Amino acid sequence: MLFRVIQKDGLKRLFELLVAENTVIGPVEIGTDRHGLPIHGFSEVFDFHDVRLDYKTTKLPAKQYFLPFREDLATFRLSGKDWDKEVDYHSTKQHVFFGLHACDINALNKLDKVLLGGAYPMPYYAAKRQNMFIIGIDCLPQPYCFCRSMGSDTALHGFDMFITDLGGSYFVEILSDTAFNLLKQVESREPVEEDQVSYQQVVADKNKKFTTHVDTTDLTKILDMEFQSEVWKYWGDKCLSCGTCANVCPTCYCYTVHEQVDVDLSRATKTKMLYSCNFIDFAEVAGGHNFRPERHGRLKYRYYHKHRGFVEAYEESLCVGCGRCGESCLAEITVPEVISSVRGGTI
Amino acid sequence: MGNKLEFVPITHGHYHRRTDLAAFEFTYKAEITSIHRLTEYENLYRIQIIDPRERDQFDFLPGQFLMLEIPGIGEAPFSISSSPSRKGDVELCIRRVGSLTDFLAKIERGTQVGLRGPFGTSFPMEKMNGQNILLIAGGLGLAPLRAPIAYVQENRSRFNAVDIIYGTKDPSQLLFTYQYDMWRADDLNLHVTVDHADDTWTGRTGLVTKILEELFAERGDDYFQNTFAIVCGPPVMFKFVCNMLNQKDIPMQKMFVSLERRMHCGMGKCCRCNVGSTYTCLSGPVFDYWTVLNLKEAI
Ligand SMILES: Cc1cc2nc3c(=O)[nH]c(=O)nc-3n(C[C@H](O)[C@H](O)[C@H](O)COP(=O)(O)OP(=O)(O)OC[C@H]3O[C@@H](n4cnc5c(N)ncnc54)[C@H](O)[C@@H]3O)c2cc1C
Ligand code: SF4
Ligand code: SF4
Ligand code: FES
Repeated sequence: MLFRVIQKDGLKRLFELLVAENTVIGPVEIGTDRHGLPIHGFSEVFDFHDVRLDYKTTKLPAKQYFLPFREDLATFRLSGKDWDKEVDYHSTKQHVFFGLHACDINALNKLDKVLLGGAYPMPYYAAKRQNMFIIGIDCLPQPYCFCRSMGSDTALHGFDMFITDLGGSYFVEILSDTAFNLLKQVESREPVEEDQVSYQQVVADKNKKFTTHVDTTDLTKILDMEFQSEVWKYWGDKCLSCGTCANVCPTCYCYTVHEQVDVDLSRATKTKMLYSCNFIDFAEVAGGHNFRPERHGRLKYRYYHKHRGFVEAYEESLCVGCGRCGESCLAEITVPEVISSVRGGTI
Repeated sequence: MGNKLEFVPITHGHYHRRTDLAAFEFTYKAEITSIHRLTEYENLYRIQIIDPRERDQFDFLPGQFLMLEIPGIGEAPFSISSSPSRKGDVELCIRRVGSLTDFLAKIERGTQVGLRGPFGTSFPMEKMNGQNILLIAGGLGLAPLRAPIAYVQENRSRFNAVDIIYGTKDPSQLLFTYQYDMWRADDLNLHVTVDHADDTWTGRTGLVTKILEELFAERGDDYFQNTFAIVCGPPVMFKFVCNMLNQKDIPMQKMFVSLERRMHCGMGKCCRCNVGSTYTCLSGPVFDYWTVLNLKEAI
């Protein structure tokens, strides 16, 4: 990996170079909560002053740019008995992500495994994923973050460059030649011993600030052993099956499909919509049989898929520990609490 | 030099694999060439891929399924219920249960539909060479078993004793009755039973497990040591039947079941068919019973 150091105003210059000819998505303030604290979200940005590089975890992940909530899989031209199918991967738009946290970069890496891997890669996702340029940025742990427990507090790949604030300057990791060439246009220098020391200091300081931890040791086995545990019923009784957790999760990708015919019967559309395994009909099959009719069964399944199933399939969990689901859950159900109660077999 | 970025793929490996992205929504255009009414709720549809070249390419294995698409109405998975040696011309036995299948029940011959697939795992017929085969079906479960049955008929000399145990709730629900004599003529032992008889019924009554018990009494232990079992029916049936078979020491890896789940993609992406760590559409629908026992909530 190549490292550089750029001065603070160099980043502004970099932003301006990018925004002149590309669509740039960055963290911005989208409102304030009831305590008057800012709420952040990802949005297209045009002015460097709108970018909040010290943002807290955004309420919603950047998912809308690569896994839109609603997307047409195909359209059909209908004429009498005959029809033609047209498929468009909607790949035209390129996106520069200016300031993704490590957890969200890791979320993309995990999605890549399932959506680009296997015998049938998902072309709609692949088309968008190929058109991304990602600048990562370091962050400060929030009370609800447990990314360190999930091994997602740093990103090893999945970005073009990653910047860490050293106080007076930025430490830059470069992973792609696109980033390398871009940086040629900004004043930068080789890191010296001093930069490396202060980089390591920043990382060490950050590590001290994690307050929430999840013990994942042997978690796959424990989830199996505690499959019948009463603990699930306790959480199930609280859960509203609203699906908010899946909606705000950067790694939830499940979907449902709907088809519709235009009123003049000339076209039909097959649309994919992100869905949540917490919804009652998620596992319902023909004849009305439901494999997960109860709320606790569906909530358990969500944990099971993320922390056991995905681990079995890909040697890693499908949770990056961003804490968004717990922060947004109206029933105050959080991953650290659920997992610790399941581990103990008690609430 | 402008700063319009040249986007170079940044993740490891994935984009460079030789996978066909177009496969995702690739749909064979096909035509319903005949509709045969089997019972009040089930029809058998014969469907032929229209393009002769595509028809030649099309190939499937017994146990695999297709996604059947009616543009604007919907898409749903159906097991292929015909012989794998018939190219590009498949039969689907479909029960009327909801929007797509209701629509299908009303359409006419000649309607154009879409087919995606074939998807999923199959019954490992090659491995069964020289062995006895025990096929056990309940209700609509006979539909997916009709493909391995056809395979066995066409390759009858490769297998030893072949038994089919088939049960439904009542005689009116029996599927493919017109084929029973043919199966028997091909030296397949067909044991049909119904839960509840009516006035016309002269055959057996009782659950399939009852017939299985009788078969146990009739055949020696060495019969079961050389037997493969294929089981298909409602989820409750799997547990009872497979546990009985296991008592006869048939290894669980020689018993196969076909699981049903809701499916939207058939390609491991929508997660609707997910059971624990496994996508039924990719690792199934045909599973060996050992795998099923190790999946939470599989049956
Ligand atoms: C591998 C596999 C093989 C199958 N083989 C056959 C077969 O050979 N013959 C047959 O008649 N049926 C078969 N089915 C079941 C068949 O897919 C459903 O009956 C069909 O999806 C119902 O569609 P519908 O639009 O008519 O029902 P809907 O109006 O959508 O709903 C009716 C019921 O079907 C459920 N359902 C909806 N979509 C699906 C779906 N994609 N998959 C499963 N359930 C769904 C709903 O939850 C509801 O309970 C198979 C299913 C699978 C997974
Ligand atoms: S866990 Fe919370 S956010 Fe998720 S479905 Fe239940 S109530 Fe909604
Ligand atoms: S499950 Fe919750 S904590 Fe984990 S990645 Fe999803 S939103 Fe973040
Ligand atoms: S049908 Fe979509 S994942 Fe299996």
